[in-house]
Amino acid sequence: MKKLKRLKQEKMRKKRNRQILVVTYLFVAVFLCMMGYTCHYAITHQQELINNSYNSRQEILVAQNTRGSIYAAGRQVLARTQTDEDGKETREYPYGNMFSHVVGYSVNGRYGIEASTNYYLINSNAKLSEKVANDVAGLKYPGDNVVTTLDVDLQQIAYDSLGIYKGAVIVTEPSTGRILAMVSKPDFDPNEIETIWDELLEDQESGVLLNRVTQGLYPPGSTFKIVTALEYIRENPDSYSQYTYQCNGRFSLGEETINCYHGTVHGYEDFSKSFAKSCNASFANIGMQLDRSRFADTLESLLFNQELKVGFAYNQSKLVIDENTEDADMMQAAIGQGTTAVTPLQMNMITCAIANDGMLMKPYLVDHVETHEGNVIKQFDSTTYTRMMSEKEAGIMKELMQEVVKSGTGTKLSGASYTAAGKTGSAEYNSVKTDSHAWFTGFAPVENPELCVTIIIEGAGSGGDYAVPIARRIFDAYFE
Amino acid sequence: MELYITELSKYIITFFIALYTLECFLVFRFQEEERRKGIYIRQNFLMFLVHFSCFLVICFETGKMEYLLFYILQQILLFAAIMLFRMIYPRGNRLIINNMCMLLSIGFVILSRLSYERAIKQFFIVTVSLIMSMMIPYFIHKLKFLKSLTWVYAGVGIAALGVVLILGSVTYGSKISYSIGGVTFQPSEFVKIIFVFFLASALSESHDFIRVAVTAVLAGVHVLILVASKDLGSALIFFIVYVMMVFIATGQWVYLFIGVAGGSAAAVAAYQLFSHVQVRVQAWKDPFSCIDAAGFQITQSLFGISSGGWFGLGLFRGNPTAIPLVEADFVFSAVAEELGIIFSMCLILICLSCFIMFMNIAIKLQNEFYRLIAFGIGITYIFQVFLTIGGGTKFIPMTGVTLPFISYGGSSILTSLIMFFIIEGLYIIRQDEGDRRARKKKKQRRIKHETEPDEEAEEAEAGEDEEEEE
Repeated sequence: MKKLKRLKQEKMRKKRNRQILVVTYLFVAVFLCMMGYTCHYAITHQQELINNSYNSRQEILVAQNTRGSIYAAGRQVLARTQTDEDGKETREYPYGNMFSHVVGYSVNGRYGIEASTNYYLINSNAKLSEKVANDVAGLKYPGDNVVTTLDVDLQQIAYDSLGIYKGAVIVTEPSTGRILAMVSKPDFDPNEIETIWDELLEDQESGVLLNRVTQGLYPPGSTFKIVTALEYIRENPDSYSQYTYQCNGRFSLGEETINCYHGTVHGYEDFSKSFAKSCNASFANIGMQLDRSRFADTLESLLFNQELKVGFAYNQSKLVIDENTEDADMMQAAIGQGTTAVTPLQMNMITCAIANDGMLMKPYLVDHVETHEGNVIKQFDSTTYTRMMSEKEAGIMKELMQEVVKSGTGTKLSGASYTAAGKTGSAEYNSVKTDSHAWFTGFAPVENPELCVTIIIEGAGSGGDYAVPIARRIFDAYFE
Repeated sequence: MELYITELSKYIITFFIALYTLECFLVFRFQEEERRKGIYIRQNFLMFLVHFSCFLVICFETGKMEYLLFYILQQILLFAAIMLFRMIYPRGNRLIINNMCMLLSIGFVILSRLSYERAIKQFFIVTVSLIMSMMIPYFIHKLKFLKSLTWVYAGVGIAALGVVLILGSVTYGSKISYSIGGVTFQPSEFVKIIFVFFLASALSESHDFIRVAVTAVLAGVHVLILVASKDLGSALIFFIVYVMMVFIATGQWVYLFIGVAGGSAAAVAAYQLFSHVQVRVQAWKDPFSCIDAAGFQITQSLFGISSGGWFGLGLFRGNPTAIPLVEADFVFSAVAEELGIIFSMCLILICLSCFIMFMNIAIKLQNEFYRLIAFGIGITYIFQVFLTIGGGTKFIPMTGVTLPFISYGGSSILTSLIMFFIIEGLYIIRQDEGDRRARKKKKQRRIKHETEPDEEAEEAEAGEDEEEEE
């Protein structure tokens, strides 16, 4: 009897001990989660946190290492720090205004590549023996250098071509996403940033500090017909080529009227001619036939109204279309007017996807980071971003865009040693006057696109007359 | 030269602490303390190497010789603690003592780096506390009336907390301490232990519904006083310890569920009622949105943790002093920044190894009162570690409690030492129990051998089962 009682007690005890084990395992599990979380957070957020302006550790690194240099793809120096005899450091930008927005500056805050690669520039992975030697000599450690994808020659042509106009040019390589040139005007001299700073801040109107390529929001005008045409092809994959329209210079629906550019009467046209001649009336007509919720899906697939996964500052391109969109707004949207606002970067990405058989490669500016002796620390490879359209759709779009150059608004690009394709735009931005921004977005050669350019010149006039010649200069310089 | 030392020592220190941590868990492969001896000696050696390497770096980085002297004093203290303990309590558990000294030495290192004056102060506190608490295992072992003080514990605990609420001074918005003759006490630290004793004694006598209800009311009084003092971290510890101990004492899952449900409801209510709770939750959810105010501490802590990388920036190479209250509530972030993520993960694992050993001891204790004490102290300890490290790493909202043995602060150090030495006392009791049982078995076996040889086999089988589970 006594023994039975003891056995029973023993059993109870075991049961309870099992509960202690459960509690133990529970805590161990929670701790493992906490450890995993902490490691993950600390390692993945390292760069972001060091760049935070509240993080005083930055100053330690700045005091310890000389800020690294920024190079173009061809090894030309875009930014470097010179230390004089007294140890005073000056950041130099040998090309002055030419790279002002894309390379940026690193005093009075940071901007451009100076900001996005700050973490690398203020760190030093120099050899330990060298650091020791520098310690002995009382010198700072050499910071790591950043090598960009930028091409100085292309940047120079783009920069010169814009002349005194305000505007933006971006040149990319569609098969990789490498950004070869990025020009925004008006510009500034980053060497003088400290002295001109107050002036720049006061000058709210011209927005000198704004990188118009990635942050400038413009009405896309007729370049947006790329999107409208793509949507029409998606909705009518078999019958789009049978589309016909008789243009008399305007399209009216209710009280709303859409006029062709300068009131031109295009007469009888098919789908390809409507696109090549950039006929507003015909595209307003097409716009009215589109399914608005499917149009919204297409906008989403082209990365409108969303955050971009790019390594630099940008603004989101905006156009909201849904089932409740009014007819009048839909007509305006179809020809890239109304409330539509896009960045040149966005147009360039869409054009790149068309050139690259529908697949968008992630646009990037930094090729790799290396120590001052040239040992690569981090290589940024070309990565796919998203498939914007099918290969077939991209093929159709290519043909349409090639026709623009052959017989449409972009003939200033025809007759060259290479083939080119693109779309012009003349975006009206002022409801009173008929001034317009000149747009062109396109690529060359058509067979195997190597360059993709997007140009906007503010208030210049028609895209065909002002933007296309700049594209031609860039292509000519590159291919000939 | 310093650079070579700092850079190289980062890897050496990380390697040694990792080995030490590994040994912490290898201990559990063996049942008897005797067979763990080799591990313990290696641990002592590794502990010495980590401590020595860290101070070597500190001396080189600062170029000050007083750090060397200070190091020697610390080394003597820790060595004496280990040796004295072995002499006084040859049957004590050496993993707990080793871990305690390892954690103390990490604490000395990081405090010396953060503030020399505070490190010196901490050193004296540790010395005095060690001498005082060294006697605890003896008392735990000998004083049998501890079990019968049930309501006295509750009375003392509530009174001590109540006094702070009424007379205490406000530190960082919370009323948590009061001074007697220039010495500042933080009673909630000590009451944690008294609270565990209260619950262990109340619930070991009886664990029917009425008893659970009565203890619930008294535990509730503790928690409410702490909430009123705005000491949320301690309130949370008391609550969790209560729920867990009731669960283990009764063996009823339903109490655990009621506890968790009640706790969640209370948390939601606290969130709705108190603005300071809302502020903390906001600072946890998105600290960067309020980086100027409530999120400042936590973001600074995150900056520190993330800047070190796997091997740390090296002692004196980071900027941990940018974190407010770094030597108390955010000491873990300082460790992670300068000694590295791997080091800080090892630190967590060492704490976890202590906890597992505590639970191991609890499981083997026969006496219900002692079993509950071991369990309760284990939960108190590990939950506090969880709150402070989880809070500093943004895993959970910040509550502001200290990291035992490492954070600066007298009450925290003394309490942690008392807790560890109580466990040592329980470990000795457990071995006595084991001896008694062995003697009894032997005696029984002798008797049985003469009468019923059949039952002997059965008994042996039961014994085997038990061992397996352990």
